Amino acid sequence: MVNLKINGIDVSVPEGSTILEAARAAGIRIPTLCYMKEINAIGACRICMVEVKGARSMVAACVYPVAEGMEVTTDSDKVIAARKTTLELILSDHNRSCLSCSRNLNCELQALSKEYGCDATRFSGAVTETEKDLSTDYLVRDNSKCILCRRCVAACKAQEVSVIGAVNRGFSTQIACAFGEDLAHSPCVACGQCINVCPTGALHEKEEIDDVKAALADPEKVVIVACAPAVRAGIGEEFGYPVGTNVEGKLVTALKRLGFDKVFDVNFAADMTIMEEATELIERIEEGGKLPLITSCSPGWIRYMEFYYPELIGNVSSCKSPQQMFGALVKTYYAEKNDIDPKNIFVVSIMPCVAKKFEKTRDYENASGYPDIDASLTTRELAKLIKEKGIMFNLLPDGQMDNPMGEFSGAGVIFGATGGVMEAALRTAVEKITGETIGKLDFTEVRGTAGIKEACYAVGGMNVKVAVASGLSNAKELCEKIKKGEADYQFVEIMCCPGGCVNGGGQPILDTYTRREVDYKALRAKALYDEDQAKTIRKSHENPVVKDIYEHYLGKPGSHKAHEILHTKYVKRKKYE
Amino acid sequence: MSKKCTVPFSGTKEQESELRSALSLLKNKEGALMEALQTAQGIYGYLPKEVQEIVAEEFGVSLAEVYGVATFYSQFSLMPKGKYKIGVCLGTACYVKGSGDVLAQVEKLLGVSAGEVTPDGRFSIDATRCIGCCGLAPVMTVNDDVYGRITADGVAAILAKYKD
Repeated sequence: MVNLKINGIDVSVPEGSTILEAARAAGIRIPTLCYMKEINAIGACRICMVEVKGARSMVAACVYPVAEGMEVTTDSDKVIAARKTTLELILSDHNRSCLSCSRNLNCELQALSKEYGCDATRFSGAVTETEKDLSTDYLVRDNSKCILCRRCVAACKAQEVSVIGAVNRGFSTQIACAFGEDLAHSPCVACGQCINVCPTGALHEKEEIDDVKAALADPEKVVIVACAPAVRAGIGEEFGYPVGTNVEGKLVTALKRLGFDKVFDVNFAADMTIMEEATELIERIEEGGKLPLITSCSPGWIRYMEFYYPELIGNVSSCKSPQQMFGALVKTYYAEKNDIDPKNIFVVSIMPCVAKKFEKTRDYENASGYPDIDASLTTRELAKLIKEKGIMFNLLPDGQMDNPMGEFSGAGVIFGATGGVMEAALRTAVEKITGETIGKLDFTEVRGTAGIKEACYAVGGMNVKVAVASGLSNAKELCEKIKKGEADYQFVEIMCCPGGCVNGGGQPILDTYTRREVDYKALRAKALYDEDQAKTIRKSHENPVVKDIYEHYLGKPGSHKAHEILHTKYVKRKKYE
Repeated sequence: MSKKCTVPFSGTKEQESELRSALSLLKNKEGALMEALQTAQGIYGYLPKEVQEIVAEEFGVSLAEVYGVATFYSQFSLMPKGKYKIGVCLGTACYVKGSGDVLAQVEKLLGVSAGEVTPDGRFSIDATRCIGCCGLAPVMTVNDDVYGRITADGVAAILAKYKD
């Protein structure tokens, strides 16, 4: 242990700690902008400057290691003035249209400027010329609000994608793709993790709120909405609930008040996914098909695979994602049953994800002849819409999902957490293979936020070896093993975002302190596992609506009709044209 | 913001194999990306996308990372040099004598900016630091020819000498 004094307070911390960590241990907050634990300790923004007795100049607390007997001051007039000046310099080249910014009141630069009483116009001078990148269907980069902290670059690198970097130098520096290409012409996988770590409004999803409002106002349209599992575990944060609060009931009521004709649930489609995917798995095992089978729910993972591991296309399940299965069934099964022309149905999905905005535009995602999904809003966009409409979310009574496609099992709910699809599939596959009812429904080995989880289950006289990865660096590790033939798994679940959809790129944005100190992935996941636990029906194949759809519409899982409606195809993509 | 190279890439198989064998010695060395780019520039004369892609592939890093380093250091060029390499000195003496106007005129007449090359590959423009003949300020060079005490108005006549 190393002993030092910070603002006169004695503190002991392990050797190798930084001043920032030691200060935290002493209950002192040092502000940061560029710092992200483990992935971006670069000392670039100079907001965390502190005085160290005897040092020639102030030092960056995020990277400066502690030493025995060190005396640190974090709150002197000199320190405060330095931070204030640094902030004012950043503000001098920042697009200060804060009132109309997507991150107004949820901006780390704004919060610090307020804390330090900054004069936003103290310095005037040259302003970096920037252009908005509007090239994709899912993301907007507005470098006029970028402070060059490089957190997005670090997040992109942590995902093993690295399509953005700091380009040029000095005042000309900008965060951009190589050779000034726009994002649409890069191998970006659309995960949106860059948005979640951006301290300002330089990155946000491409909003589709206006499309949804127009559909709701159109008397011709039957507007149907459904939320992904992770949304109910995240959206509460936008309304002041603690991280990990499940607000499903209020969410349903809010959606009804927004005027949607039917409020269904993507969890239902998750149950359908399990039926198809478990069938595909069993077929491949029994008929000697290509193994391991890899899940296909996560569109960021699919895009990554198409760019970086196209040789694994044959391993990936042909099942559409729950979002797409949902839309496909609404515009075929539900439309037929209720005698509605699918042309007049507008399906809105609420997603913790920005890649879903891309996914809905893919080929082979239009079972009815019309796009399976018409608009995909992030959790954040829905919260914005609810606020705009004056709906007092916190005061809402709990509502009930509509029938039939609002019916779901506990297995459908846990899709939102890493390992959830695996567990849901195992609950169904094991019963299908053995023909017996399983006693223990909790496959705890595949739960938790570890990057890679492995387990082996004895099922009807054979060993089923499975692996679960979340975050693309972990996915890459598994892909390499599979590619080299070193993996003997039968079934692999891959989620693009670390921790799974609960930490998707469309979820509420948590500031850097919360991300560092609160295990938000585990808390949001727990909300889903708790809901599963409380459900009477916890297996996808026991969902009565799912059974009914197979009996009266699709035939059986894996049938020709099921393939036409619920399955898709993948393509090999070139990284750069 | 981006400089698009208008001159098509004309690298040869020999250049590529020379580059790849040089990179194979460097790729396991920590922090060798700059050295790799220097080597590549030595072989090709500049660092076009095709060359940076080879470096990225061999080093197992993304193109964005390579491009970030290539654009950070002014010694790296993303553009090939022209048959006639124009240098306009922006050193202190030349600058106060009006070389900024000279450079602007060169850029205007050729339609490309400093650091770039004309689409026909004839002229490239560089804004240089002091070239050591401040007595002649402002100074402009075309390959090995030095022109001193020039004005923006005189630029056209100088360029006219390099027709073929």
